[in-house]
Amino acid sequence: MSRPAICATRCRATAGWGGREMIANPGAPLAEVRDLRVRFVTREATLHAVNGVSFAVAAGEVLCILGESGSGKSVTLRALLRLLPPRRTRIEGQVTIGGADVLAMPARALRDLRGGLVSMVFQEPMTALDPVYTIGQQIGETVRRHTGCSRRAARARALELLELVRIPSPARRLDAYPHELSGGLRQRAMIAMALSCEPRLLLADEPTTALDATVQVQLLILLRRLQQELGMGMIFVTHDLGVAAEIADTVAVMYAGRIVESGPAAAVLTAPAHPYTAGLLASTVHGQRPGEDIDAIPGSPPDLRALPPGCSFAPRCSRRFAACRTTIPDPRVPAPGRMAACLAIPADG
Amino acid sequence: MNSLLLDTPATDPRDRGGRNQPLLIARDLLKHFPVSGARGKKVQAVDGVSFTVLKGETLGIVGESGCGKSTLARLLLHLLVPDRGELVFDGDPVNAPHGIAVDALRRQVQMVFQDSHASLNPRMPVRDSVAFGPFVRGTAKPAARVIARDMLKKVGLDPDLFGPRYPHELSGGQKQRVNIARALATGPRMVILDEPVSALDKSIEAQVLNLLRALKRQFNLTYLFISHDLNVVRHISDRVLVMYLGRVVEIGPAEAVFERPQHPYTQALLASRPSLDPARRILEPPITGDPPNPIDPPAGCRFHTRCPFAEMVCETTDPAPVAAPELSSHVASCHLRDPLSGHSRLGRA
Amino acid sequence: MPDTLALDDSAPTFDEQLPPAIRVRGYWQSVLYRLRHDPVTLCFGAIVLLIVLAAVFAPLVAPFDPYKESIIGRLKPFGWRGHLLGTDELGRDMLSRLFYGARISLLMGIVPVATAALIGGALGVVGGFAGGRTNTAIMRTMDVFYAFPSVLLAVAVAGAMGGGIGNGMLALTLVFIPPMCRVVETATTQLRALDFIEAARASGASTVTIIRYHVLGNVLGPAFIYASSLISVSILLASGLSFLGLGVQPPAADWGLMLSTLRQSIYVVPLVCALPGMAIFVTSICCNLVSDGLRAAMDVRM
Repeated sequence: MSRPAICATRCRATAGWGGREMIANPGAPLAEVRDLRVRFVTREATLHAVNGVSFAVAAGEVLCILGESGSGKSVTLRALLRLLPPRRTRIEGQVTIGGADVLAMPARALRDLRGGLVSMVFQEPMTALDPVYTIGQQIGETVRRHTGCSRRAARARALELLELVRIPSPARRLDAYPHELSGGLRQRAMIAMALSCEPRLLLADEPTTALDATVQVQLLILLRRLQQELGMGMIFVTHDLGVAAEIADTVAVMYAGRIVESGPAAAVLTAPAHPYTAGLLASTVHGQRPGEDIDAIPGSPPDLRALPPGCSFAPRCSRRFAACRTTIPDPRVPAPGRMAACLAIPADG
Repeated sequence: MNSLLLDTPATDPRDRGGRNQPLLIARDLLKHFPVSGARGKKVQAVDGVSFTVLKGETLGIVGESGCGKSTLARLLLHLLVPDRGELVFDGDPVNAPHGIAVDALRRQVQMVFQDSHASLNPRMPVRDSVAFGPFVRGTAKPAARVIARDMLKKVGLDPDLFGPRYPHELSGGQKQRVNIARALATGPRMVILDEPVSALDKSIEAQVLNLLRALKRQFNLTYLFISHDLNVVRHISDRVLVMYLGRVVEIGPAEAVFERPQHPYTQALLASRPSLDPARRILEPPITGDPPNPIDPPAGCRFHTRCPFAEMVCETTDPAPVAAPELSSHVASCHLRDPLSGHSRLGRA
Repeated sequence: MPDTLALDDSAPTFDEQLPPAIRVRGYWQSVLYRLRHDPVTLCFGAIVLLIVLAAVFAPLVAPFDPYKESIIGRLKPFGWRGHLLGTDELGRDMLSRLFYGARISLLMGIVPVATAALIGGALGVVGGFAGGRTNTAIMRTMDVFYAFPSVLLAVAVAGAMGGGIGNGMLALTLVFIPPMCRVVETATTQLRALDFIEAARASGASTVTIIRYHVLGNVLGPAFIYASSLISVSILLASGLSFLGLGVQPPAADWGLMLSTLRQSIYVVPLVCALPGMAIFVTSICCNLVSDGLRAAMDVRM
């Protein structure tokens, strides 16, 4: 399928912050995170949401961050664009997108980055879209903010984008308000808005969780196609292993604010190295013999305000031993190209 | 009544009619909601639904959003009054002159709601919420508290640790356990579970499903399990009912419906499940478009707008329920299966 | 079949017990905790408390007799012969009169609001829970009264009934019933849609039982906060009524009445004449700020 026609005006962001560095150094990863730590500080307690997360995403690669509620996956994603509440949040570590240091960026450059080089799609389209403006107006606003083109050109671009995301009757839908569209269409509109400036990196925070299964599968296939055609990198956050299997090239599993396993999707999802991933796989209801108990992981995720010392998964782990309670496992290599933070895996010399 | 909370013997003293009499029969249930603002238009939430629930079984109800399954659940408990149709509980018509009163029905049927947080009074400690049912039925407060302690233990929560806590201090899985304890505290024979695990993490989902199964054995319960997650329904149900836009499209033993689906919608639903194996991704969406609006549903077969096999007869005539040739308990409402319909692909789809 | 099924997902599977991370804290304990750490509210709350204590113990703390007139000691400035805050136009001690005036002001601030909360709250719960026509009947009646500006309504009712403390409080009660009713009705309507009310119905509870155990506890919070914010308004309105002569009669000490009688003397001792106004202002604003602090404290994330 041929690449759709693109608005002639170049986006300021891709020409500015990210473009130059990337052209100079094509081998560098598109996005790189090193030892990211995020804490939420309130009067009552400090919540350690993210505790030392490091990963890299290459251009055109899809990374899926897999985790349950409280694992810190959404916070990680939002930290990449500094979308967390500024007063309560303390971020440490390094976040580099397109060669630029996001955490040290001034506000204006950050605004250019958001929507320009990096775009985000959220879980609940009804709250992510402004209910008093039509879809066409909202997409047009993003386009005009980043390219400075005229209203008419922005509207034409918005129509182009709605066609790109396969919304039926796109011309009519340009003038529809968010509440007039169904959940699946709203999500497509949000994807259209996110793609309006040809981002190099798309961040997706559980975009299909609130959708029905038949709509979800359509949207996943759409996202996969768009990602391949536009050559975007994508960081996709989800709690659903099935969704991860459908869309990811690489999978990173998070638990209690740390990445416990990462590697190619096929390897991690079919032969997990970390006990948590194995437990997740075993407890996902998928073809087990009906009438028999499912292998559930006992216990609940830890309270992020008071993490246990040592490995955070140890209280629930069937393979733990004494050292697990005291030592935080370092990343180890169970097989080439994979990582698992578990003391049961031998550390290579 | 307290004696019913110990191991309930197989012969329940409240049983009328023996093993073979269905516990619940629903006949042509209909519920339309007027749309405020648009006169004459109605949301046809439940539009002529009939089925039976046998004693001791788990009937799973699947469908996407807008299919009416939550409305149906409320109709069965008379939390909403049906516009038409009747309910028969263990041989007695509900809310009829010589039948069983709604109040008495609610002593024997209870419900667990989807939103585990909204189902609990935020100002009441958890043990009081559980004790409320018996208390309202006439048990004295101290005795009701004892029942509450017992129920909390049975759902796996330490009553001393969790009893005095408030809902906001509990995790999603723990809240749902409390809801289950609350539903069982009055000693019902049947429990309607409206998406009880949908909002939970996968690992907690597995725990709660195991718990539900164990409780069913212990208390000799009958379950009506509503969910949009087909894998979960397959795992826990004996029979399955598939709903689309307020109507039943297919019903039968779980294995038959899942292995040999008769209705194109069921086939599409089953094909929309992610495979959990990155090597076997879904390449084409099994069904396009979004679930339509229950206001002004399509004429004839409601599914014809999205059905790959739709023909003239589907747009004009309502399909009649037809049993599968090899299994009379497996019934689907589709012109493809009806020898009298005149569909061109009869017997070949 | 073992008695305890499934895994207790509260107890950790370690050999030793993990210490509980966060103390179990009830709703009201959380409120108290937040209040304790809110210095602004505590400060203004202390001022309100002082005013209340001064009013309650007025006979003990007042230095002079508030009714004792003195011809030579009229309109004297601060500190004249032991009168810390001067004297009024009839030679009576200002400080003592302020203390005694606090009694009436606080009385006319709290009693109408409390009564209106009871009546308006009851109407709101009934209307909100019943819904439909009952709700429409109650709320539209309230709207009729709501349409009148509060000062006008208070003056009209108090005037028509002839003035005096009792009629003044009645007038203010009538003024506050519609807003209380509306706030409670909104809270009840929102509550009615939640699943736990459905669950209570499914358990077989009667409407009265549901209201008693489930609705009231949840509605009390917003109602209380709103009522506390009305106290400051009530104090202002009551003073206004007295200023217009519709409240207590002279020689009773009342801030509004004092303002009215001292009005002409403002060029003689301006500071003394401004005192009743200051008292009204300080009391009203402190009540307002305490009410705001309460709202912040009670708005605990659930």
